[in-house]
Parts: sequence; C-alpha cells; structure tokens
Amino acid sequence: MLWRNYWRKFVNYFMFSMTGLCALATVGVLFFVLGYLVWHGGSSLSWAFLTHLPTPVGEAGGGMANAIVGTAKLLLLASAFGIPIGFLGGVYLAEFGGRLFPFVIRYTADLLNGVPSIVMGIFAYTIVVLPMKHFSTLAGGLALGVMMIPIAVRSTEEALRTVPLMLREGGLALGASKWRTIATVVVPAARKGIVTGIILDMARVAGETAPLLFTAFSNQFWSPGWNQPTASLPVMVYTYAISPYEDWHKQAWAAGLVLLTLVLVANVAARLFVSGRSAH
Amino acid sequence: MAADDVKLRVSGLDFYYGPKQSLFGISLQFLTNRITALIGPSGCGKSTFLRTLNRMYETVPHARAEGEILFDNEDLLTMDPVALRRRVGMVFQRPNPFPKSIFDNIAYGLRVNGTHSGAALKEKVEKSLRRAALWDEVKDQLYKSAYALSGGQQQRLCIARALAVDPEVLLLDEPCSALDPIATAKIEELLFSLQDQCTLIIVTHNMQQAARVADFTGFFLLGKLIEYNRTEIIFKTPAMRETEDYITGRFG
Repeated sequence: MLWRNYWRKFVNYFMFSMTGLCALATVGVLFFVLGYLVWHGGSSLSWAFLTHLPTPVGEAGGGMANAIVGTAKLLLLASAFGIPIGFLGGVYLAEFGGRLFPFVIRYTADLLNGVPSIVMGIFAYTIVVLPMKHFSTLAGGLALGVMMIPIAVRSTEEALRTVPLMLREGGLALGASKWRTIATVVVPAARKGIVTGIILDMARVAGETAPLLFTAFSNQFWSPGWNQPTASLPVMVYTYAISPYEDWHKQAWAAGLVLLTLVLVANVAARLFVSGRSAH
Repeated sequence: MAADDVKLRVSGLDFYYGPKQSLFGISLQFLTNRITALIGPSGCGKSTFLRTLNRMYETVPHARAEGEILFDNEDLLTMDPVALRRRVGMVFQRPNPFPKSIFDNIAYGLRVNGTHSGAALKEKVEKSLRRAALWDEVKDQLYKSAYALSGGQQQRLCIARALAVDPEVLLLDEPCSALDPIATAKIEELLFSLQDQCTLIIVTHNMQQAARVADFTGFFLLGKLIEYNRTEIIFKTPAMRETEDYITGRFG
C-alpha cells in the first residue's frame, strides 16, 4: 500500500516537472531569441540607423530608414486592401445564414491561410509585376494584403459571434433593419475583438519576407510613390545577413531587432487594448 | 367585453419550427390600451406566440407562422417587418441594453426612426426616462455606460428605450423574471402608469403578477389557447378545468 502511495507521488511530481520544464522551454525560446537579437543588434541600433539610408559597402555608418518606411508603406497598402475585404467577409459569415455557402467560404479562407507565402509572392509577381514590367511597392502591398484576408475574415467572424443574440434582437425590436443593427449594435459591441484581430494580423504580415522577394524587391534609396521597388525590414535582414560583410551582419541583427520589437509592441498593445477597456 | 377598439385580432394562428408545430389555431383579440397577460406552464407556447406579434421569429431559420393577424386591420404577417417593429415594441426577459451610454441606448430607437436633432433627442430621452421612473436615478450619469446600472435599472432602461419611439403596442416577455421583488414592484408600477397610453401584452409565469396588473388574461397550454377572458373571471371562476388546475397549482 505504501509503495503505491510513493509511486503516485513520484509520478505526480515527475509530470509536474516535465510539463513545467516544457512550458519554460517555450517561453525560454522567445527570450533566447530576443536576448540574442538585443546582444548582437543592440550595438548597431542608433539614431543614425533609424534615420539614414544604407551606405555603399565599405563605408561605415548608414542605416535602414528606407526599409522602415518601406515596411510601413507596405503594411498600409496591405491593410487598405486586406482589412475591408476580410472584415466584410467576416461580417457575412457571422451574420448571414445558410449552410453550404458559408461553409465553403470558411474552408476556402482556411486553405488560403495555409498557402505558403512564397507562392503568394509568385502570384503577385504574375499578376502585377509582369504586366507592369517592374517591381513595385504596389505588388508587395497586394501580396501581403491577400495574406491578410483569411485571418481578418476568421477573427472578425469569431469576434462577432461572441456578441449575444439578445443584443441583435434588441436592435431589431426597435425597428432597425438587419444591416443597421449589424452596423450600429453588433459591430460596435465586438469592436475590441475585431481591432485586436486586425492588429495581430498586421503584425504577422509585417514579417513576411518571401512574397516581398519578387514583388517589392528592394531598394538602396528612398522609393516615393507606389510604383517603385522598396526596401523593407525583412528583406534587408535577408540581404544583409547572407552578405560577406561583417558591418552588414551587425545591421541585419539590428533590423531583426527593430522588426521583432514592432511585432512585440503590436501584440502587447493588442492585449492591453482588450483588457484596458472594461467589460463592455 | 366592452365595446373598445380591437388593436390586434388573431385568427387561427398556427406556428411551426420546421416540421414541428408549436402553436395550434390561436384566436383572440387584444383591446386598445388595455393590459393583457398571457400565462401558462413552461413550454406552453406563450413566448412563441408573443414573438409572432412583432415577427421576431423571422431571425430563426425554418420558423413560420400561418393564419391571420390583423393590426388595426392591416395584415401583420405580410407588412414590412421594420415598419411593424416601430409600432410594436418589445422588452425581453433579460435586460439587454446596448454597450453604449444610457443616453445613446434611449436615443438609438429615436435615431433609427428619424430624430436627429440634438435638442429633440435630449427632450425625448428625458421624457422616456421620466415615464420609466428612471430619470431621477440617472440624470447625472446619462453619458455613462448602461452596464453600470443594476439589473432592475437596466430593465427599466430597456422599457424606456422601447417607449421612446411611442409604440402603439408593447410586448413584454417575462420582464421581471430576472429581477428581485423590489425591482419587480417598480416595474409593475410603471406598467400601471402606462395604461391608457399603450396596449400592453405581458407574458408571465407569475400568476400573482397577472392578477395584479392585467385587465385580461389568456391561459396557454401545450400550444393551445385554453381560455381568454377578463382577469377576475379567469382567476375566480374559470370556465375550463385545465385553467382551474393551473390556477390552483395542481400542475405547472
């Protein structure tokens, strides 16, 4: 009898330790990556880095200001394209019924989500770059925008589904049409979840490199407008990291750090947004 | 019955959820500006019936109503549902204020129905809140979230919200079942004060409430209307045995 007690206690303790260790390992990986980036990239991070253009190889200094702006422009374009489509698609799935059509839409969105990003790049290359005969910010924004759609659809749909039927009925009972109820009662009630989904969507897409390789390509200089190829943080990391120059390696670390910081800030901001606004 | 006008005339109403029939040949008349209570055990169809009167069942797929309901001699089942719901309001079992401020909750119905000027809105919101006996309690927090109110206050807010658009008929689906006795008493007072202004139809599982508040009472059982008459007659000298059994607590 006593043996069984000891055995039981041992198993409990063992499993507790194992699961605890694995949880720690998960968190540890994030901190390890972050630490490594800070260690290697922190020294290259400077005001010059954030505001200057890249210098030719061999010259000291230089920065990635154009890549930071480029990433911002690409995200802006991607959001302008992906968010309205994703949002309205999510509204349709959550609010309008039917069995077959919504099922097909949902399934297709999930499939689209699983398409490798490099394939998205080829798609945008064929659709935009070839007809235009050059790389452009537009092509890059489009590729990223298409990648944003499935996540926006699903997160909008899920956020809207959490709104209780009671609220919808309340709006209808006052003589509001279905669309009006959706726009003025349901969507505002779900705004927290919708905004969080969009922020996380943008953060995820900000780091996509493969599609940009043959759409926005890269640029050593500023790229005003939407028609020119543009530098972006992920592509710069790629270009600089595989180069043979030590100076560029350091800059790649710094760029990686900036990118990761942006993503982390977006995630934290999204969570704060959710919990900050009280139980509305 | 007195020679009052008939506001709603229901004739042979059948209701189906898909293949399953839940209301069987309901026929009755609601008189203008009177309070009618619908009583019966759980699942007897009284809420289902109430929701046919403003066609809220249309949000449920495969739900359909057959028969005739005349609303001031208009065919209720085929008229524009949005126009219908502006004249027939509803208060639900659990308070369902919108996640907006108290003011915006009341103003919602007004804005939907065409009032946009700030001054007109303020005036109507105040009038509604006074009618619901809520004005004094909330006049200093009109722009705070409606969720900051207690359950009883929220329900009175929902009533004020429904009243703001001056409906001809107000449907109340067990409005006090989620509330404590004091809040319930306040709401019953409110319903009394609405007499002669609005036709009220209230579904309740609380027979004492029906006896206190209503001019007429209808008893539902298993989807059929068993008896419908003046409240005193239903409670003192019911004609049907099932009614008597229910009133005296032999079942339900």
